[in-house]
Amino acid sequence: MTETLPMAGAPANVNLAGLSKNDYRGAPTTLCQGCGHNSISNQIVTALYEMNIVPENVVKFSGIGCSSKSPTYFLNRSFGFNSLHGRMPSIATGALFGDQRLKGIGVSGDGDSASIGMGQFKHIMRRNVNMVYIVENNGVYGLTKGQFSATAEKGLSLKKQGENPYMPIDICMEALVSNATFVARSFAGNPKQVKELLKAALSHDGIALLDIISPCVTFNNQVNAYHSYAWGKDHEEPLHEISYIAPRNEIMLENEMAEGEVREVAMHDGSYVILKNLEKGYDTSSRIEAMRVMEEAQRNAWMLTGLLYLDTSKPNLTSIYNLVDTPLNRLTEADLRPAPETIDRVNALMF
Amino acid sequence: MNKVINDFSITVGTVNGSGSSTANNTILRAIFKMGIPVSGKNLFPSNIQGLPTWYTIRANKDGFIAHHEKRDIVIAMNPNSFARDLASVASGGAFFYADDIKLSITRDDIAVYPMPVKTIIRNDPNVPADFRDLVGNMVYVGVLAHMIGLDMEKIYSALDFHFKKKQKPIDMNFNVVKAGVEWAKINLEKKDPFHLEPMDKTEGMIMADGNMAGALGSIFGGVQFVGWYPITPATSLAESLNDYLPQLRKREDGKHTYAVVQAEDELAALGMSIGAGWAGLRSMTSTSGPGLSLMTEFAGLAYYAEVPVVIWDVQRIGPSTGLPTRTSQGDLTFTYFIGHGDSQSVILLPGDVYECFEFGWKAFDIAERIQTPVFVLSDLDMGMNQWISKPFQYPDTPMDRGKVLVESDIEELKGNWGRYLDKDGDGIGYRTFPGNKHPLSSYLTRGTGHDEYAKYTEEAEMYLKNMDRLKKKHETAKHYVPAPVLHGMKGATVGILAYGSTEAAILEAQHQLEKEHGLKTDFLRVRALPCTKEVDAFLAKYDQIFIVEMNRDGQMAQILMTEYPQYAPNFKVVAYGDGMPASAKWVREGILAKYKAKKIVKKVAAKTAPAKKKPAARKAVSAKKPSAKKVTTKAVAGPKSKMKRK
Repeated sequence: MTETLPMAGAPANVNLAGLSKNDYRGAPTTLCQGCGHNSISNQIVTALYEMNIVPENVVKFSGIGCSSKSPTYFLNRSFGFNSLHGRMPSIATGALFGDQRLKGIGVSGDGDSASIGMGQFKHIMRRNVNMVYIVENNGVYGLTKGQFSATAEKGLSLKKQGENPYMPIDICMEALVSNATFVARSFAGNPKQVKELLKAALSHDGIALLDIISPCVTFNNQVNAYHSYAWGKDHEEPLHEISYIAPRNEIMLENEMAEGEVREVAMHDGSYVILKNLEKGYDTSSRIEAMRVMEEAQRNAWMLTGLLYLDTSKPNLTSIYNLVDTPLNRLTEADLRPAPETIDRVNALMF
Repeated sequence: MNKVINDFSITVGTVNGSGSSTANNTILRAIFKMGIPVSGKNLFPSNIQGLPTWYTIRANKDGFIAHHEKRDIVIAMNPNSFARDLASVASGGAFFYADDIKLSITRDDIAVYPMPVKTIIRNDPNVPADFRDLVGNMVYVGVLAHMIGLDMEKIYSALDFHFKKKQKPIDMNFNVVKAGVEWAKINLEKKDPFHLEPMDKTEGMIMADGNMAGALGSIFGGVQFVGWYPITPATSLAESLNDYLPQLRKREDGKHTYAVVQAEDELAALGMSIGAGWAGLRSMTSTSGPGLSLMTEFAGLAYYAEVPVVIWDVQRIGPSTGLPTRTSQGDLTFTYFIGHGDSQSVILLPGDVYECFEFGWKAFDIAERIQTPVFVLSDLDMGMNQWISKPFQYPDTPMDRGKVLVESDIEELKGNWGRYLDKDGDGIGYRTFPGNKHPLSSYLTRGTGHDEYAKYTEEAEMYLKNMDRLKKKHETAKHYVPAPVLHGMKGATVGILAYGSTEAAILEAQHQLEKEHGLKTDFLRVRALPCTKEVDAFLAKYDQIFIVEMNRDGQMAQILMTEYPQYAPNFKVVAYGDGMPASAKWVREGILAKYKAKKIVKKVAAKTAPAKKKPAARKAVSAKKPSAKKVTTKAVAGPKSKMKRK
């Protein structure tokens, strides 16, 4: 039990909360080297550190899958609940009633949210639960060794799976039609944008959906429809056996993208993803506009990144319930058990 | 003709959705207010409007108010069930029917009374045309009132209560009742033996359904979070919470100390409730069989991650969708072993509406003490029907919030604590809640393998240690769950063991077995799983134990056979489930069919149970000390004695 103790000696750099970056870190990751998820965990640490948010004011949530393991790898000092496959939303919804001052950070995956958990995903959006909902989206099931997820493109082919015959689900579109109040998409290889969007999401009072394309270095290594073309790659020759995970470097953008810029980014397998930044002057308050640009991006096979939609006018879930100022989990018997004389009133009603 | 006083049944056959419940409840409440023990059971279809539905009322001067098959008085308001209703009347009974039903009367062994329901209601200028069908039901209340002697004052107070003192609907309905009385006075001649006479047996009693009682109990237990999803027959439990929470937990600042969230399905309902329970709230959900099936994975998580939560299962009959509006005790084994992998549940088994209230608040204490899901198994009969009860009692113990560490505790421990460390040797660890500001208070809860500090591990040794501790915790639970209730008879030679809503039927059967068959029985009503030491003692005491339950396979018997293999040869399973509430008839006949006269039993027992001597030597402990003198059935079964029981 020494793991969460503060680091020995005075840290060199502390933020306004008096905490060092180490106070925001978690256990060492057990995900594959080069996995985009690790980069996202690092940005969560940085964003919270830079925003001077005390870890005790944050609760972590996840479901099941590679992405859902990651809450162990950041914010050791925060409470966390690694729940069931596809069921993170309901756990988070209930837990955040415990203390309405807490901010939730949930990490889910495309399998966890868009397949088994689609029902709960949509309902947590419409309930506007006060949390950042990150989907680490790689189009593939990693822990079960490489099956298609619901966000995988039609025509994508994966080892042992053949070709995906189904149209994909767009997580941002689903969030938007479910009346989410903050919808954004980013790319794990664009850490600066991930961090900025995380900060925006953490500042949002309500549900903040962040769909982060996070390439799977191990299983989703074939050309797919998100990728515009394959380049210099021999499909017939497997890069590695399924049981052997080749160490790779994480994909990072070389320099920042300008507003409206379209850029091709090489993937682990040599294929490309086309990123498009939202245009300057894009109106984040318009649902119609958000729908239009997403539809346009789909037709052009662009991964549209940035803040797609923001509505700050809706109350978050616990506010709707008009709760007492004291956190519910600090209330005592005196607050919770009706007075003895009320029992007679109750019995008088029983007829 | 010999009068039959305060001992008969009334069955009303109507069309579902025709608004007869106000009329039926009025009859029920009026009889109750006359001081006569009474029960009302709604035998309804899974339908909103159109299908036949029945409401049965049983008045019984001796306090036997279980479901009774014999139909003494039948009121037929539904042409579609007319023939069936007519055929169902017991010989010598009475048959009232709406005379617009033009079907022939084929019986001459019963009293038959046609009622001009439509004519009477059309002639009442105060009833608007679109209210005629609804209020028309009050005609049969009036006709019946005159014929059997229902007190008009009591009918008025029933309507006054039902319409919450709103004068207009009270008057409209009461005037139609009076019109029914007037018509009957002039036109009908009494040809049946059934009469009501005032008694004093319900004085100080209340009438409630189990779902409302459970909701109220939960409120007095300080419920803070409810995640739920509508399902018959559990819906009215959550709706009662919505009704009563604003009244009973009202604050001057108008703010709330609770939240009730209707979830998108049962998975989310329990998921939210577990989230809230984990975060330190008194949290619950309510459902029925199909919902519980959906909740299974989450129940396993709560067991393994040790999250307190209360889960009400108002049982209906399965498998699958089954008969959604019929009662059952069919979820017991499922609940006891719910979830994949090794798991055992803590289950409370209320036997009446009083206990629905009591277990409503106690369930939270037990869940937070043991840090595990606590299931409360009610059923449709108890949950949705009106039962006489002694008044609900204010909780007699302060809230037990279990083992919780706050900031100062963590500081004192210098952060040296582990969520799943068994410091006290009872298998129960200490927990902290999100929102605790101490930097060393947090942990990450998981459904995956974990060590004593909640860290992920797949180590075999750690896994086993954890599972052994959970087993120990289950043993600890025995000290916190309610002990069984014993209805003893002096000189009893066999035991009856049962649970839940069958109590009323079994008490009546116990009386009949003694009176008509000379068979004296001790009846132990188990109120929780795991079994407490009182159950051990009871099972050791008899060489014939009848385990009575409302299901096909004898689920309590299955559990007891596993837990007490040494007594298994003595178990005689009386299990029956057709969706109808338990009746004395099936209990009595079921027991008699399996009962073996003493001599034969001894021989069999000697052969099959050689280990018998040992348990017999154990001291038999009664759950509740049986009264020294012979307990007459009246005293055991009567509502007044019920009041004394606890």
